[in-house]
Amino acid sequence: MDPIQKKILHEVADLDALPVGAYNIRANGKSAARNTTANIDIITKEDKSGIDIIIKPNTVNESVHIPVIISETGLTELVYNDFYVGENSDVVIIAGCGIHNCGNGDSAHDGIHTFYVGKNAKVKYVEKHYGEGEGRGKRLMNPTTVIHLEDGAQMTMQASQIAGIDDTLRNTKAYLGSGAKLEINESVMTTGVQNAVSEFTADMNGENCSCNIVSRTVARDNSTQHFTSRLNGNNVCSGHTECDSIIMDKASVLATPELQANSTEASLIHEAAIGKIAGEQLIKLMTLGLTEAQAEEQIISGFLK
Amino acid sequence: MLELQNINYEIDGKTILKDINLVIKDHFVAITGPNGSGKSTLAKIIAGIAAPTSGRIILDGEDITDLSITERANKGISYAFQQPVRFKGLTVKDLMRLSAGKDTPYSQLCEMLNEVGLQSKNYINRSLDASLSGGELKRIEIAMIFARSSKLSLFDEPEAGIDLWSFQKLIGIFEKMVETTKGNVIIISHQERILNIADKIIYLKDGAVEQYDTRDNILPGLLDSVTKE
Repeated sequence: MDPIQKKILHEVADLDALPVGAYNIRANGKSAARNTTANIDIITKEDKSGIDIIIKPNTVNESVHIPVIISETGLTELVYNDFYVGENSDVVIIAGCGIHNCGNGDSAHDGIHTFYVGKNAKVKYVEKHYGEGEGRGKRLMNPTTVIHLEDGAQMTMQASQIAGIDDTLRNTKAYLGSGAKLEINESVMTTGVQNAVSEFTADMNGENCSCNIVSRTVARDNSTQHFTSRLNGNNVCSGHTECDSIIMDKASVLATPELQANSTEASLIHEAAIGKIAGEQLIKLMTLGLTEAQAEEQIISGFLK
Repeated sequence: MLELQNINYEIDGKTILKDINLVIKDHFVAITGPNGSGKSTLAKIIAGIAAPTSGRIILDGEDITDLSITERANKGISYAFQQPVRFKGLTVKDLMRLSAGKDTPYSQLCEMLNEVGLQSKNYINRSLDASLSGGELKRIEIAMIFARSSKLSLFDEPEAGIDLWSFQKLIGIFEKMVETTKGNVIIISHQERILNIADKIIYLKDGAVEQYDTRDNILPGLLDSVTKE
């Protein structure tokens, strides 16, 4: 792996060396390294690009890293990764994609991740997107995540995109069984003329399932963002969605939370707030000795944390 | 030592402060007076949040009238807001560290929170958002000023919203601050128990200094008028 690839790997997966546990590192469209464990198998798909990650039932305290690195300009790929998480497992899955584009061709990674989370299994899923490079070619990412939670399954998803992605369309769909629990935290910052679109849909089908989708975004310069969060309450369930944005410069932010209750027992709440950084927040930090620019950075990094 | 020379402040054609002249040398100085008398405005002018229409502000012999909020903070002015600010995402620890300096040990930050009557383990990682009550925020605000330990500390009604926490502890903090900084603590307050520890009291009325004298000379007459307001 060359120094650029190593740096990207650090940005998206906090990895400076090969991780412990199962992993599959994909670099410029090819598998660069892979490890499996007694409980976690990784198999290359034969009919299309991508892998199957198969986690045996009752696997606890194990992790899977599947970072993707693109450092070739003009490389575009569509990858299907399917995760089968066995019953009663408790695992951490760390995905992430970094693009370094120093050329003039657009580089793009479209990842379609499908999770089949078995009964009473727990998954923490972390996904980080990052782009860099001086070239005129765009850095594009369109992640699709499909989540199937069986009865009693729980998933926490943390998705972040803090820098360098020109265009992104994030599509997340979830189907919740009885007693299933889904928690999604998204943080996004756009700058320049970047555009980010996020669409979340959760079908809350099972009895007593719950879902919480929280999006925090910062839009700077001339960037644009559109956030949609749709909760469908089809049973006794509780759902909450919140989108909170800081808008700066000449950016534009559209937030459209949507709630649909198909049961009298569904309890659904949405909150949405868009606004600039409050002047009193800046003043408070300045009275602690920060300059206005430092105060702004502090507020933004705390907000997106 | 802080000196205010001929400070006037007008906004929208309305006079808020009229020709304020003060020399503040004592460790504890309380500013009191009726609502709307200009107390908070005066504090904001000292901290640099509002600019006087005319007049000069001198800190330890240096004219700081044209310095920004940040520059004044770095010269040793701290200001505890009457209404503490909430931040989504920033934690108590983040703000305590910004106040105390980034190298301050974690244990010391915890001690400072304990000083203001907050069990540090229950608060240090909390976000300064709507989940905290007004009283909790107020104590954190005081802890931040305590952590800064600067030579001039301004408190705007520090006792407001603090119900159960003993005044004795609050006063203990002011005393500790003076002990370590040998500086000045200026407290805007209506509370007799706070006025009672002041070396000097400034009584503001209608934007002007009506009285400025030692506690013993001023307090007996004042208490009546303050409680009436």
